Amino acid sequence: MLAVDVEKQLGAFKVAVRFEAARGATALFGPSGAGKTTVVNMIAGLLRPDHGSIILDETVLFDAKASIDLPPHQRRIGYVFQEGRLFPHLSVRQNLDYGRRMSGRPRDAGEFERIATLLDIGHLLDRRPRALSGGERQRIAVGRALLMRPRLLLLDEPLASLDAAHKREILPYLVRLRDDAGVPIVYVSHLPAEVRRIATDVVRLNAGHVVATGGLELLDDPEADAFA
Amino acid sequence: MTSLLGLSADEWTAVALSLRISVVATACALPFGIAIGWLLARKEFWGKTLVDGIVHLPLVLPPVVTGYLLLISFGRRGPIGAFLYEYFGIVFSFRWTGAALSCGVMGFPLMIRPIRLSLEAIDRRLEDAAATLGASGALVFLTVTLPLALPGIIAGLILCFARALGEFGATITFVSNIPGETQTISAAIYTLTQVPGGDAAAGRLVLVAIALSLAALIASEWFAQRAAIRIHGD
Repeated sequence: MLAVDVEKQLGAFKVAVRFEAARGATALFGPSGAGKTTVVNMIAGLLRPDHGSIILDETVLFDAKASIDLPPHQRRIGYVFQEGRLFPHLSVRQNLDYGRRMSGRPRDAGEFERIATLLDIGHLLDRRPRALSGGERQRIAVGRALLMRPRLLLLDEPLASLDAAHKREILPYLVRLRDDAGVPIVYVSHLPAEVRRIATDVVRLNAGHVVATGGLELLDDPEADAFA
Repeated sequence: MTSLLGLSADEWTAVALSLRISVVATACALPFGIAIGWLLARKEFWGKTLVDGIVHLPLVLPPVVTGYLLLISFGRRGPIGAFLYEYFGIVFSFRWTGAALSCGVMGFPLMIRPIRLSLEAIDRRLEDAAATLGASGALVFLTVTLPLALPGIIAGLILCFARALGEFGATITFVSNIPGETQTISAAIYTLTQVPGGDAAAGRLVLVAIALSLAALIASEWFAQRAAIRIHGD
């Protein structure tokens, strides 16, 4: 269970959100500029909230009052960025292995194999990120985040940089991920169709605030933003 | 007495000494080059412009002035030189170590610039990604920042090495021109041109200097290409 209650002032723009995300996939849904990426960056520890707290299961990741602010490398939160952000100087295999190496865990061939199969990336291991298509790149980014054994997976518009064909290609993998990987997912998107395929719960954001929380029915409610 | 390439033993001594001084100067300058390059590229601090200026000063000062400043500060009676001798037994004046120091100082601005530029060009978002994957600050630096800055670091190394190999004014002012101790190729050529009949020996050393400089340039090109391929693929 992820419990987020944070405020952050960014120039004239203020983000103040409060929501909880349980097992399964929770969508942070809202138009561009609603503050979705700001929120996930705070969950990941890349951006420091001004006030509030972020709690994941029993771990306090951030608590302004108690001056707790776990650095990103100690949070064990997998983050799949919009643009993949694969390391250009490493091969696909080394990219996938990065999280394990940083944590000093021994190699686990079975786990590697399982995730390579889940994402169908076994044939790409010796390539460089540059030689991959957009869809392949995002699958590697998902695999890299999974192989660090995250307690939570953040997917920030992972399909945004892909064309329609590549989106269709990668969506089934994300659904499989939700059902098989057993890691709670926070999925950021502004596209109802995408959210419908993947999410089970929806947190609707607008102008830096949560305007509604609930199930997929929120996607059909064009009036929800009116409460902002 | 002649040996390989027709160089005399004394001439070989100067060549070997030049190489040793340049290698040591470059190797010792590198950690400082990376640290200060990183500070200038990434940090905002009070006096940054001053640090930038001081680092680049040897580039614009007459080398004799730099050598003189080294002499009065790092000489046995200079404030820094006296301290280093007293507590660490390190002596710079009239030693090859002093030549390495002056060569390192003279090469430093040439080393800093490409390192700083390559650090500035790195996509910081890759470092964020590494942090979310469990890499502490130091590990991010070692596994992402440094490898991505490698082409700039190599360029800086070669430029510093080449500058060290050609250093003359600051070195001769600081540690004089002692055969076998501080007489580099440049100093040896200068000495030979001052004595009758030294032209042939000077000519041989000139050829060596040209060969070494060319080799450094070719090596830098080769390393830079390899590093670029490593980072950007084919």
